[in-house]
Amino acid sequence: MPISASELLTLTREGLYCPLGRFHVDPTWPVERALITHGHADHARSGHGEVLATPETLRIMAVRYGEDFCRSRQEACLGEPMRIGDVTVRFAPAGHVLGSAQIAIEKDGKRIVVSGDYKRAPDPTCLPFEVVPCDVFITEATFGLPVFVHPDTRGEVRKLLDSVALFPERAHIVGAYALGKAQRVMALLREEGWDRPIHLHGAMEKLTELYKQEGIPLGETPKVVAAERKDLHGAIVICPPSSIQDLWARKFPDPVTAFASGWMRVRARARQKGVELPLVISDHSDWPDLCRTIREIGAEEVWVTHGQEDALVHWCGTQGIKAKPLHMLGYGDDGEAEPDPGAKPEMEEASA
Amino acid sequence: MNDFAHLLDRLAYEPRRNAKLRLLKDFFTSTPDPERGWALAAMTGNLSFREAKPAMIRALVEERVDPVLFGLSRNYVGDLAETVALIWPTPTVIPGRREASNPESTTGHDGTSRIPSRVDPGFSPLASPGMTGERRDAGPGHNNPPPDVPTLSDVVETLATTAKKDLPRHLANWLDALDETGRWALLKLVTGNLRVGVSARLAKTAVGALGGHEPDAIEEVWHGLEAPYESLFAWVEGRGERPETLNPAPFRPPMLSHPIEEEADLDKLDPAAFSAEWKWDGIRVQLAGGRDRDGRQVAKIYSRTGEDITGAFPDLAEAITFEGAIDGELLILREHRVQSFNVLQQRLNRKAVTPKLLEEFPAHVRAYDVFADEGEDLRALPFSERRKALEKLIGHLDHARIDLSPIVPFATWPDLAAARADPASAGAGEDADAIEGVMLKRLDSVYQPGRPKGPWWKWKREPFVVDAVMMYAQRGHGKRSSFYSDYTFGCWREGEAGADELVPVGKAYHGFTDAELQKLDRYVRNHTTKRFGPVREVAYGREAGLVLEIAFEGVQRSTRHKSGVAMRFPRVSRIRWDKPPAEADRVEALERILERGEREIAPGESMETDA
Repeated sequence: MPISASELLTLTREGLYCPLGRFHVDPTWPVERALITHGHADHARSGHGEVLATPETLRIMAVRYGEDFCRSRQEACLGEPMRIGDVTVRFAPAGHVLGSAQIAIEKDGKRIVVSGDYKRAPDPTCLPFEVVPCDVFITEATFGLPVFVHPDTRGEVRKLLDSVALFPERAHIVGAYALGKAQRVMALLREEGWDRPIHLHGAMEKLTELYKQEGIPLGETPKVVAAERKDLHGAIVICPPSSIQDLWARKFPDPVTAFASGWMRVRARARQKGVELPLVISDHSDWPDLCRTIREIGAEEVWVTHGQEDALVHWCGTQGIKAKPLHMLGYGDDGEAEPDPGAKPEMEEASA
Repeated sequence: MNDFAHLLDRLAYEPRRNAKLRLLKDFFTSTPDPERGWALAAMTGNLSFREAKPAMIRALVEERVDPVLFGLSRNYVGDLAETVALIWPTPTVIPGRREASNPESTTGHDGTSRIPSRVDPGFSPLASPGMTGERRDAGPGHNNPPPDVPTLSDVVETLATTAKKDLPRHLANWLDALDETGRWALLKLVTGNLRVGVSARLAKTAVGALGGHEPDAIEEVWHGLEAPYESLFAWVEGRGERPETLNPAPFRPPMLSHPIEEEADLDKLDPAAFSAEWKWDGIRVQLAGGRDRDGRQVAKIYSRTGEDITGAFPDLAEAITFEGAIDGELLILREHRVQSFNVLQQRLNRKAVTPKLLEEFPAHVRAYDVFADEGEDLRALPFSERRKALEKLIGHLDHARIDLSPIVPFATWPDLAAARADPASAGAGEDADAIEGVMLKRLDSVYQPGRPKGPWWKWKREPFVVDAVMMYAQRGHGKRSSFYSDYTFGCWREGEAGADELVPVGKAYHGFTDAELQKLDRYVRNHTTKRFGPVREVAYGREAGLVLEIAFEGVQRSTRHKSGVAMRFPRVSRIRWDKPPAEADRVEALERILERGEREIAPGESMETDA
């Protein structure tokens, strides 16, 4: 009798749980043993007993929560199978942010892949997504509607540079999540030839420094000094999304407000936030890539964790693929992933 | 069409007026006729064609996209045109590429392996072999000609001539050919929903700027023109004559005044150089009459901004039997008495002009200036001469609907101050409640469009003031986008349980300095009790709360406010950091002001049953 998927992985209050290995994956509450896909705050929380994750993710967690974020930590090497209890676990790159991984859990020939958040678009700051064939594929659906088709990032970065050329006297304030998006925007700017300093809000500093230590060249990234804001004509400044409409941002010379996010594809979203220069740059898969990935993986069954699950589950049905929503709470801020204007900047990098 | 669409897209995100103007100028400079003319017509609301119904557009999409997915998307995006623009399957497939990509490979850093994915799944959500399926199966070597990207002219001309049954086919072809922004703009255009963050005035300002003309110079010729305005562009670009206005009763841009802020402002002015008249609380209009080429009388009524409102006032239009144009105030008169602005508004708000409406709300014009008489332009004459001409014109006309705004005699500024403080005793009699101050016009002033400083002044009566308590605050826009700068305030009244409660009576977003705004913003942030999206509720009650002194011009009945009243032009006149909220004013104070304005003459029984 082959093992069933639900014996391998179930849903508990804390999140996904593997009873045979006695560990949780990305639990939203403190647990004894956690396997973490990536460093965003909604997936990687502090206070667990043991944590198994990629070395980069462990270092990200240490930067955010302090060295004592868990009792003991263990590094997972990408691609190497590990035995945990009665199951075999293997980490594979997810292409989402630095250190992000999918986690394949296997026993008796049955394999479930928890993909965490992932994208298929190229990203100079992390390893590309790997297709891991499996029986059950657990996917996100942050941009799970056919209206979401992310354009080539190069064109989006060019929009920013064109605007700087058009308004050389104005500062360009770019809202971007502090882990991943911010550094990706910096790397993309460097690829497009922007060699002037990229100025950073204080909330961006530590993680950007970590990316540099991990060997990702981001060039000169000075922290904004409050008193010097008024002199930053023509500068590109990266800050947390909540800060673009803050008094902090108003002190720059005639600021142009930009926001790098997949949500910027929807005009009303951009306008609600007072964004003048929407940059559609996302670390999540767009709709065509969600669908393509599900096809390529070839899983018989798809579980959808968070986002616009209804549409993706419906689409799976039209393709003859069994699918169900997990209705998981705590990921991606109710699936809207809209940053709360009152939220503290350091909590915001989790979404979109 | 794509150029126009990208202009609209950029305008939609651009909050600054000067930047919008620059975008518009660039567009008009770089876009040929007739394309730019149709764009101007679209932005000034001068296009007319058969509009596409949302149901028809939905049907087109649902032939191509799974209706369930479309429905979910539509709910999420919240706008039909935008949803369709984003979800419309692009037919520009690169055939055969998909087969070439290796499904097992991880996506490389080359963009090419990504291109086939653009085509895929969402756009084949129909399980049945639909249109998208056929397209994808076209296979290598398939060579459909690329669809033609329509120009705005193509769209406008086709819509004007096409039969209803052919509309879906044209629309689908255009949607296939356009990019996302183009689709969005097209759908906004064809559904008659083109709100682009640009006023007609701004578009005309940009056209004028092409040739160094003031916007008023464009307004002068505007009403004689028709889309696509080739003669207008030829003129502003110095390639042609100023367009002859074919309209025998054209609009003329009005002359505006500057406010007298305080009595001391008058010290610099010589009372002997000025004439004074009442400032009426109505709406400013122009009555223009003339003969067309066949000798028939043409009568036009224009609003202050040049909008043709003749259709709404047939009772007044029939009084325009002269060849000329006068400047005056539109008022409702009953039994020779001017009614309050409240009464006028009841007529303005009606869509259908019924005999009953005409009878109960008879429109009048109180004339105060003349642009032209018997075909002669009088604007270069001094006011004193124009006034004589106006008196002669109105006297000859001798029509009950059009009378003269009387001159208020005065010798010294204190005389005028007394008249302003008590119009009833200074000759206005029972019309005093419809007077909102006095106008001062230099006797030697020529009629200059725009707002020249010096010749005309308005000296409004003292505003009403109440002390109200701040209840909610909302973030502002543009320069103030980070500040809580829009305040909803309330006054006290007796609640249902007998205890006093605060009810909102209005909203104000100006009247304070930037420094005060910073303090108010800090106050809001430190006293927030609840959040509703961009709105914060602040602490208010007998003990806690901030009192704002609100100045306003009048009170109207309102079904929108819980208190049943709404203020006209409310602004924060003082911040009463010192005043306990329990001592703020009561709603009854506003109701008393309202009653004063409502001492109008009832038009008869039917009016009462209406109310």
